[in-house]
Amino acid sequence: MPAVSKGDGMRGLAVFISDIRNCKSKEAEIKRINKELANIRSKFKGDKALDGYSKKKYVCKLLFIFLLGHDIDFGHMEAVNLLSSNRYTEKQIGYLFISVLVNSNSELIRLINNAIKNDLASRNPTFMGLALHCIANVGSREMAEAFAGEIPKILVAGDTMDSVKQSAALCLLRLYRASPDLVPMGDWTSRVVHLLNDQHLGVVTAATSLITTLAQKNPEEFKTSVSLAVSRLSRIVTSASTDLQDYTYYFVPAPWLSVKLLRLLQCYPPPEDPAVRGRLTECLETILNKAQEPPKSKKVQHSNAKNAVLFEAISLIIHHDSEPNLLVRACNQLGQFLQHRETNLRYLALESMCTLASSEFSHEAVKTHIDTVINALKTERDVSVRQRAVDLLYAMCDRSNAQQIVAEMLSYLETADYSIREEIVLKVAILAEKYAVDYTWYVDTILNLIRIAGDYVSEEVWYRVIQIVINRDDVQGYAAKTVFEALQAPACHENLVKVGGYILGEFGNLIAGDPRSSPLIQFDLLHSKFHLCSVPTRALLLSTYIKFVNLFPEVKTTIQDVLRSDSQLKNADVELQQRAVEYLRLSSVASTDILATVLEEMPPFPERESSILAKLKKKKGPSTVTDLEEAKRERSVDVNGAPEPAPASASAASTPSPSADLLGLGAAPPAPTGPPPSAGGLLVDVFSDSASAVAPLAPGSEDNFARFVCKNNGVLFENQLLQIGLKSEFRQNLGRMFIFYGNKTSTQFLNFTPTLICADDLQANLNLQTKPVDPTVDGGAQVQQVVNIECVSDFTEAPVLNIQFRYGGTFQNVSVKLPITLNKFFQPTEMASQDFFQRWKQLSNPQQEVQSIFKAKHPMDTEITKAKLLLGRSSDLGQHSLKKLILTLQTLWALASSTPKPPRLDACCVWSRICKLRCTGSRCAQARTLFPRGYVTYCRSSFNPMQAVGLCVLFPCVSATLGDHTAHSTMEHLSTCTSSLGPGRGWDTKGLLTGTTAGLPVQGGPGSMKSRQPVVQSTN
Amino acid sequence: MQFMLLFSRQGKLRLQKWYVPLSDKEKKKITRELVQTVLARKPKMCSFLEWRDLKIVYKRYASLYFCCAIEDQDNELITLEIIHRYVELLDKYFGSVCELDIIFNFEKAYFILDEFLLGGEVQETSKKNVLKAIEQADLLQENRIRITARVSMGGLRKNLY
Repeated sequence: MPAVSKGDGMRGLAVFISDIRNCKSKEAEIKRINKELANIRSKFKGDKALDGYSKKKYVCKLLFIFLLGHDIDFGHMEAVNLLSSNRYTEKQIGYLFISVLVNSNSELIRLINNAIKNDLASRNPTFMGLALHCIANVGSREMAEAFAGEIPKILVAGDTMDSVKQSAALCLLRLYRASPDLVPMGDWTSRVVHLLNDQHLGVVTAATSLITTLAQKNPEEFKTSVSLAVSRLSRIVTSASTDLQDYTYYFVPAPWLSVKLLRLLQCYPPPEDPAVRGRLTECLETILNKAQEPPKSKKVQHSNAKNAVLFEAISLIIHHDSEPNLLVRACNQLGQFLQHRETNLRYLALESMCTLASSEFSHEAVKTHIDTVINALKTERDVSVRQRAVDLLYAMCDRSNAQQIVAEMLSYLETADYSIREEIVLKVAILAEKYAVDYTWYVDTILNLIRIAGDYVSEEVWYRVIQIVINRDDVQGYAAKTVFEALQAPACHENLVKVGGYILGEFGNLIAGDPRSSPLIQFDLLHSKFHLCSVPTRALLLSTYIKFVNLFPEVKTTIQDVLRSDSQLKNADVELQQRAVEYLRLSSVASTDILATVLEEMPPFPERESSILAKLKKKKGPSTVTDLEEAKRERSVDVNGAPEPAPASASAASTPSPSADLLGLGAAPPAPTGPPPSAGGLLVDVFSDSASAVAPLAPGSEDNFARFVCKNNGVLFENQLLQIGLKSEFRQNLGRMFIFYGNKTSTQFLNFTPTLICADDLQANLNLQTKPVDPTVDGGAQVQQVVNIECVSDFTEAPVLNIQFRYGGTFQNVSVKLPITLNKFFQPTEMASQDFFQRWKQLSNPQQEVQSIFKAKHPMDTEITKAKLLLGRSSDLGQHSLKKLILTLQTLWALASSTPKPPRLDACCVWSRICKLRCTGSRCAQARTLFPRGYVTYCRSSFNPMQAVGLCVLFPCVSATLGDHTAHSTMEHLSTCTSSLGPGRGWDTKGLLTGTTAGLPVQGGPGSMKSRQPVVQSTN
Repeated sequence: MQFMLLFSRQGKLRLQKWYVPLSDKEKKKITRELVQTVLARKPKMCSFLEWRDLKIVYKRYASLYFCCAIEDQDNELITLEIIHRYVELLDKYFGSVCELDIIFNFEKAYFILDEFLLGGEVQETSKKNVLKAIEQADLLQENRIRITARVSMGGLRKNLY
């Protein structure tokens, strides 16, 4: 290289850079920069026209200043001017400036696009190259709009220079990634595939990248690339190291191209054509063979390039997962790397083996390396390598080695880096559960986890151990004994207190026979920890105490004394105070029978996906955990004909929605992907979602939606870009909603279009009127939209708000349910109680009743918990004011309409749970719900007549809200029943009060509630 | 590849190339975080790490760190060699390159990178072809004033490669 080539000589620039480097402080640097900026500004504004050289120099200085991290707000125009210069270096600097400092100034974009257009048309390959580089570097939507049609032509034109073809291919790739909708498929696609046969390896390299990306989205259209890629690959791997001249890299022929071709082949299943397939297998074997040959060079570049191809080949082998021979060879090769002296190779070998472990052909082969991997866990000096070792141990774990792996992970946990402890805890918890043959081992393992890394044991983990202990009676006595012993330690983690408190509260009686763990000792032990614990744990312990009152009558007075103490009864925390008050009352007024019923042992939890697994998936992203697990499971079904008997507790596949906490209270309702598959009949019909075609509802929006049922103002939706706030008011059958769209970014939203979508049947019942908003939302700005609402008739669905806009070149599409629900149009009306009951009795027309019994399909929902708390509170005060009842009823209605289908079952559950009714007397227990298309009747055969009075009265009014044909008349029902609920009207305040609170769960923890699915009757 | 960063042992950013659209604020945040993470690592550690949902591949040459962010399915080892090939290109062009060459001729460093990588993918792996393209450009230029700064700072030079 001649030295002169580097002398592109901007002396002023070199001096400026030197000056900056000599600045002693940040302040001096800023001062020097400001001086320079002033100078450049004056030059640009000056009367004297600048020559091209000076312009280039100043633009380059500005670029340097920008790259130092300072803001530049001028000079764009000068840079654009440089684009039209005929001098290459001036043009080059202009393009560089534009590429680095893209400005959304539309006037400028037009000028830039013009300059690019000219250069593309110039037929001068160096100019074309610059223009294409610029498009590829900016990659904005505007550029895609302008050039996405033109570039494919350049790419496949016969007379295009090779270097321009390369740029055009990658330029198109970038545009396709940014705006796939703007790149038209067409004739050119088949000609692009044939670039795989091009003479020029550089062209092939660039084209392979493009084809791979296109093939991922349109596999059919690029199918022919498979055989071409195989033959190209075969020619490369069989070539001598000198054949490819400059494309040989440290004696490895075309490593980049080989890797890309192998990547392209991973977009497809194994080739069907036996000849192609055979050739590919040969290639892969050759690559594996080469790994065994002595290296042609000692340089690390040689081995890296060679192994890069090898690892990619192994990825393809794993992807195909069809050649046992290759899989086992791949595994052996990786096994060698596990002990390689290069850390990089050990890291990659561990990583690749993780995927290999999920193939049934190689799972056993992977397992043979267990000792090496455990050793890596102990001896690797780099935490990222140890992390890979943990992942691999997790992946290779099965029934045969679970005990060993869990033990090793536990011992590693004692010294593990803080950054990966939580993940290890989750993994240990999952493995221990999944492969537990002996559940005492499981209990020991989890208690060990809490002991070693209590802070990293998330709620999911300790919820899960409780679920399992409750569901398996063979381990309950052992669990009680073990936690009792563990609690003896002078300092034990709060999580252990939680588990201990819960388990002793349920099963403390199983060890009470031993004088060393008599009831009083158990109580004293727990209570000695009480004062060190946080509020939620104390709340849980209070529930344990009331359970002790039932289990051990002999400690009743001791516990009552504790509950009665000022520190409980007058506790500043309202939750603790309430519990203390109510438990004390419950323990003194309730008969032994009632206590035994209310505080009965927990029934088994419904089987569901391990919440821990769900958490790990969330943490690691779905690809790493799910696929592997699912793949394993599917494989074992396919091949062996019958699935490996899954352990009872890890029924991952059977439940669709992952539930994140113990009771499944946090389970997000599944996204509305059409009507639910079965459950047949009325409820489905009424509540089936009319599928919103625009965009799937934003995750979490259902939660927010439910929150708004009783609320008019707040934040409806929020992500990284956009926040949607609501303010609404309703009067009679009219309402007005203010929607605030906040741009959280510093960039403009373009083409911002919110649309309100009503399903067909909703359209007739609900009138929505609004004006369009300004299509541009500036960074940090907020725009407002007013929606006028008229309720014409009753409705069940909510309208959907769909928002589409462009942000930084990408198209955004968000849909959220707009919380306009029927209850917003409720109004109180005066009605005497006898009038109400008269109406109510009219609803029992036998012709209108059809009954069918089915099981509820969905677990409980967070909102329900909230409702329970709400109900608990409002009854606690003993004042059944109209307002509170309406709130209660609204909440209940909200549950009815917002919970997963069929919704009323859950509402029914709430009531039966709250009242904890287990006595006889089905007479009063019929509460009816009237729907627009018929009746639904709930029948719990076990309602207590006295307490059910309240229920009976509440249920009809809830149903009434849905019942009649106008919102107005439904309101009559509501107000009537509220007035009929005054104190002294057969409403057993005390009974409901104690019943309610005894049934309340610890917020965020496992409650003392039963979770049984009700048998529900529906009538049509 | 999503982006490439060159920074010094002192944490000074020498070159940044972004292949995905990000705001300036995000770029600065990412840079700060990554520089810190990579500089904190010890010499014998492996060249790959997981960071957010990306894989980071880095290598140190003399006083400069070259750091690439690639996606999950991308090949780490070949990325390591992308870095090396880029260093070779710089070395060949500048004649035993050092950090100062990249500071004073930052625009050249960008031009060479654009010839080698485009849109985050390898465009041309042949050293000869890349340098030919750059050389042609240099021959097209009119003002050939030698920079003397390079010579006068000879004492500070420390070759990357």
